[in-house]
Amino acid sequence: MPEAMLETKKLHRFFGGLHAVNDVSITVSQGTIKGVIGPNGAGKTTLFNLIAGTVTPHDGDVIFRGKKITALKPHAVASRGIARTFQTTKLFAHMTVLENVMVGRHSRTKCGFISGMLNLPRTWHEDKQIKAKSLEILKDLGLSEHAFEKASNLPFGRQRLVEFARALAMEPQLLLLDEPAAGLNIYETKELARLIKWIRDRGVTCLVVEHDMSLVMAICDEIVVLDQGRKIAEGPPRAVQRNPEVIRIYLGDNDA
Amino acid sequence: MTQFRRYIPVIAVAIAVIILQVVLSKTGSTYYMTQITMSAFYALVVIGLCLLMGYAGQVSLGHAGFFAIGGYTAAVLTTFNLTAYSNTPVVSLCRSLGLLVQRQDIYGTDILAFSAWPAFAAAILLAIIIAFLIGLPVIRLKGHYMAMATLGFGLIIYRIVLGGRIFGQADGVSNVPPFRIIDGLEVNGRAAFRIESYYIAWFVVLAAMVLAINLVHSRVGRALRSIHENEEAAHSLGVNTYRYKLLVFILSAVFAAIGGVLLTHYNGSIGPSEVTVMKSVRYLVIVAVGGMANLWGALFMGVLLNFLSLRGVFGSYDDAVFAVILIAIMLFAPQGLLRMLNIRKISSLLPRRSNA
Repeated sequence: MPEAMLETKKLHRFFGGLHAVNDVSITVSQGTIKGVIGPNGAGKTTLFNLIAGTVTPHDGDVIFRGKKITALKPHAVASRGIARTFQTTKLFAHMTVLENVMVGRHSRTKCGFISGMLNLPRTWHEDKQIKAKSLEILKDLGLSEHAFEKASNLPFGRQRLVEFARALAMEPQLLLLDEPAAGLNIYETKELARLIKWIRDRGVTCLVVEHDMSLVMAICDEIVVLDQGRKIAEGPPRAVQRNPEVIRIYLGDNDA
Repeated sequence: MTQFRRYIPVIAVAIAVIILQVVLSKTGSTYYMTQITMSAFYALVVIGLCLLMGYAGQVSLGHAGFFAIGGYTAAVLTTFNLTAYSNTPVVSLCRSLGLLVQRQDIYGTDILAFSAWPAFAAAILLAIIIAFLIGLPVIRLKGHYMAMATLGFGLIIYRIVLGGRIFGQADGVSNVPPFRIIDGLEVNGRAAFRIESYYIAWFVVLAAMVLAINLVHSRVGRALRSIHENEEAAHSLGVNTYRYKLLVFILSAVFAAIGGVLLTHYNGSIGPSEVTVMKSVRYLVIVAVGGMANLWGALFMGVLLNFLSLRGVFGSYDDAVFAVILIAIMLFAPQGLLRMLNIRKISSLLPRRSNA
């Protein structure tokens, strides 16, 4: 059994009277792709936000590589090696594609206000490295030709790819993907599946929230199913597909 | 080296400044230099505000307050007569450290007061402390909430200045001595020092521009812009958004305070009119006209509009002119006046600039 990259332990989160995440414990093994599925309002995105630090849990813990990261702020979570993408792409619209990716190097670099203002040799040396690394990532994702374009000028599918590039620039150990296939067409989704597998093969563990069942079944090594804030199943795709509880919430039972 | 391309405009402006001085001296109209020098000091506020507003996207309607903190601190410390307190331990300690200077005021009375450098240091330190304390809560606010809070800060400073006896109330503080930077080089409003002060002012402004340009092109500058564009995404990429916003707020306050200190020494006085809300609005208008995230635009507009205002071109409609400009810009050229003229198109004809 590979080492656990990420664990959540009995996470709870309420929004007013709504128990959005209810006692959810999951384990993500190193070097795997784990999918989180469930109907709308199942608590998938909240679970994500609890891990990423955007939302703080009311109870429970998030453990990343054996260390507690519960309730850390997003930037602190990021600097520990967890990158994320958003359900609706959140690029820096007026910055170039390259600059977007360069911001992704933030947590891996150091230059502060003073050295930035003085433009010390080590500052521009560092900046050169940031740029080189970012261009390399853009090349890997086939975005080189767009490097100097304004991010908002790219077609939607490409923008999503830029968001991936930006997240990969962090050289994360864990990548959280929030509905990466949302708004993509069939071909783009296939490309995406290949990309996510490629990312995993480069040693980045992935946690994917996704609606697109074909994508999830195609790429995930393990799947967690949430319903109304609770975990109802966890396991390899085949097993989860046969799970009667999962079939019930997805297809409805006779009483419904 | 693409690295140094960003400094070309600095050199160009420096040359323009020299040419302007030569032309004004040759034509015997050096009196223009006084207003240009004053405008340059005001431009320091604008440069700082441009970083805060244009790049980091944080609106401040209280920067006249920081300008005043700089100006008034320098004014009070260099004019307040400590002779009566000369035996107290604090004052004698300051004296033995060489922070004080004995001089005569214009009426011939002996005055023991702080010399300009320690007063300058105190002014900057105070601006940093106040910006930090104000920034801690204010920086958490977004958009117009932050504008309102900083507006309130500006008003508080205005009332303190207007009500405090030590600040000269409605009269302000006058008889502020010149700022001797080193022997033989001083910021002095008298006609004999016109050219000297003009060059000092532009040196400071261009130095500030170099620092600001470097910052904007650095990792920090990208982080600030990313906060402006999408704070949540910036945060998720490891940018400590709160810390960065606070630091750039403090930085812009320091720029404003330096402008305040130098202008006060140059004018020999400072009054409550420097702290009014309309002054803060004016700085904001200039940044907007300059094109928000455009340091050169802000500098150009800062010098131009302040110069026209100081020359009295707008007459008694001074404040109204700035208000009208603000409305017009927001309606017709939210990208700023220079962008409207499509500088981009022109600059695209020039050799390609480094994008990073």
